[in-house]
Amino acid sequence: MTELLGSPELVAQGLRTVGYLPNERIASVVYLGERLAKPVLVEGPAGTGKTELAKSVAAMSNMRLIRLQCYEGLDEAKALYEWNYKKQLLRIQAEQVSGPGGATAWSQLESDIFSEEFLLARPLLAAIRAPEPVVLLIDEVDRLEVETEALLLEVLSDYQVSIPELGTIASTQTPLVFLTSNNSRELSEALKRRCLYLYIDYPSVEREQEIVRSRVPGIAEHLAAQVSGLVRSLRAMDLKKRPSVSETIDLAHTLFLLGADEITPQLAADTLHVLLKYQSDIEKAAAELTAGGSGGSSPRVGTAGR
Amino acid sequence: MAAQRPGLRTLATFVAELRAIGLPISVSENVDATAAVAAMPLVDRAALKSALAATLVKNSDHYGAFELVFDIFFAGRQPSGDPATDPGGVLTASPGAAGNGAGREGVVAMLDDAELLELLFRAVAAGDRVLIQAVVAEAVSRYAGLEPGRAVAGMYYLYRTLRQLDLDALLERLLRSAEAADLSEMDRRLARDDYARRVDDVRTEVEAEIRRRLVADRGAEAVAGTLRRPLPEDVDFLNASQQQLAAIRQTVQLLGRKMAARLARKRRHNRRRALDFRRTIRLSLGNGGVPVDLAFRKPHPAKPEIMLVADISSSVAAFASFTLQLAYAIRSEFSRVRSFVFVDGIEEVTGIFESAPDMAAIAQHINKGTGAVRLDGHSDYGMVLESFWDQWGAQIRKRTSVIILGDGRNNYHTSRSRVLKSIRQRARHLYWLNPEPRNSWDTGDSIVSEYGQHCDKMVECRNLRQLRDFVEGLD
Repeated sequence: MTELLGSPELVAQGLRTVGYLPNERIASVVYLGERLAKPVLVEGPAGTGKTELAKSVAAMSNMRLIRLQCYEGLDEAKALYEWNYKKQLLRIQAEQVSGPGGATAWSQLESDIFSEEFLLARPLLAAIRAPEPVVLLIDEVDRLEVETEALLLEVLSDYQVSIPELGTIASTQTPLVFLTSNNSRELSEALKRRCLYLYIDYPSVEREQEIVRSRVPGIAEHLAAQVSGLVRSLRAMDLKKRPSVSETIDLAHTLFLLGADEITPQLAADTLHVLLKYQSDIEKAAAELTAGGSGGSSPRVGTAGR
Repeated sequence: MAAQRPGLRTLATFVAELRAIGLPISVSENVDATAAVAAMPLVDRAALKSALAATLVKNSDHYGAFELVFDIFFAGRQPSGDPATDPGGVLTASPGAAGNGAGREGVVAMLDDAELLELLFRAVAAGDRVLIQAVVAEAVSRYAGLEPGRAVAGMYYLYRTLRQLDLDALLERLLRSAEAADLSEMDRRLARDDYARRVDDVRTEVEAEIRRRLVADRGAEAVAGTLRRPLPEDVDFLNASQQQLAAIRQTVQLLGRKMAARLARKRRHNRRRALDFRRTIRLSLGNGGVPVDLAFRKPHPAKPEIMLVADISSSVAAFASFTLQLAYAIRSEFSRVRSFVFVDGIEEVTGIFESAPDMAAIAQHINKGTGAVRLDGHSDYGMVLESFWDQWGAQIRKRTSVIILGDGRNNYHTSRSRVLKSIRQRARHLYWLNPEPRNSWDTGDSIVSEYGQHCDKMVECRNLRQLRDFVEGLD
């Protein structure tokens, strides 16, 4: 794995082979995350490939991906570990049936039922205990409550989990950890301090064009350029929800399947619903696009000083 | 390509400068930055930037500030015409770009002004970055009139250079060429946006070039000091520039969502839940009838309501546009928000907010004339509170939070602060956000403390940081 993640260039190459086109910053931070053994916190607008990045890293290095989807109300039992009550009960019952009771037997039994055999590993513990290197993806951390966030801290900084009945389980290998956040709330300083930070913004026109061409093989170069240009113009408008990269790809697919070799304003207006998900946004964008441009969106240039 | 790694001292001053701007950088992050730089196999400028950004900047709003300081400390290439100093003694230029540029500069220097403009036009049209850089460098030498040793931020130099380059005319010309070219309608439409962006890039390049000259002249630390700008969250609402306002608007959007999430969270945190007997029994079946897991009924609390009452008089005009923005942002997350605007009369605008597609439409609607201005357009808080109470007082309920946004400058009218007292008695909370600096409260016609005594909280709210603190402190 170290060979595959040996330098930012190798990371970039590897990601390309699995169909993820990173920019230089993304490659560098992934490399640093592995090298410094630090979790990577990925933030950015929805649909820019945050989750995809973790999946692609796992795919390129043939590591298992362990995913923890965060939501409000997630607790220890679902994130870290849980005792397998049912199995423990069965064990106790089996004891009652087969042999005589007694004080010594109970202490034996107690240490028995709180052993690893009765432990249900949830994603965080599973990632720590995995014998081979794994990629741990903690998706949408911002959905956790502030209090629950603290659950993650021990795992993130020391790669270990403390279980009162068992002691501390430390990792045998360092998992590669990615956390994603849509920035719906400010994450705690403690969490941010432990992570490397990567902000994935909407890609540049050139990169987006490249992404379109790699995801929609066979699309004409000119059409790909138009799609990414159109999306760039739409993102500059004041919309409720700006089109994401995945929606760009959807549009490219749509146009490709329609057999279009060029976007006309009419065609753009007809396919806008692929990119935009609010009726008011669609109407606004359609108006701007069909107005021939001379009206609504006269391009502005910042003028000098004052 | 590989350049020297920055020394510890340079990194230390770099971090100190970031801290001076207000970036929260802890000791451990500082250590991480050093480790990250050391871990990069090849330190060119881009690699250095990603390594430092990943370890030092943990908030995307701060990235712009980081970028500026980074450019000052680790200039990408030498300012042309002055090859002597290495800013901060740190990074040397990437030889490829510098060599290329230098070769062309000889030619560029021989052109007259009109030819230079022509060259810029062609470079921008072709998107030739290196050529653009060369032209910009020449333009700055010619027009900026840099005076060595002066401690300025370079705004004047920028102005002088841009006046000569006349970017508006350049854009005009590019657009005309796009019209003339044999392009489809869509391509032309897209080309326009593309050119606007490219011309903006030229402006950025001029700024960067001037900055490089300043750094070469006075050293990175001194320049960073004069160029220090507040972080987005510290920009004063009342005197923010157009650009800053746009940035603020985006963050306010987020903040509205956070506020909604926060209030929602508080609701769901209600721990007094009843046992769900049926589900408990059902769960116990898996354990041989032993109720190991207890199931509870989901809490079902009433939704909180918000009433936003915003001053839109001219003394707080900038603040008003922002408060409307906030109201709009909260509304789109929250169904039970009622908004009111006032100057010397008061009007409910909830309906407008609901029907209007975006902020611009709302502002237009309100400007067209509402009941907010009754007489002379000078705010009269007493009158406004009175009529708010008369018309909507009965609708304030135990779960309603009332938030008033205004500077409390009453133009010497009667205060009628007892009305606030009644509002507070009915409502769950009464908050007052004041866009004026605390030290000018109660000066002149401001009667903040008279109103403040009846509020749960009267907070200064002049920038995003204060607004965020307010939102975080909500309960």
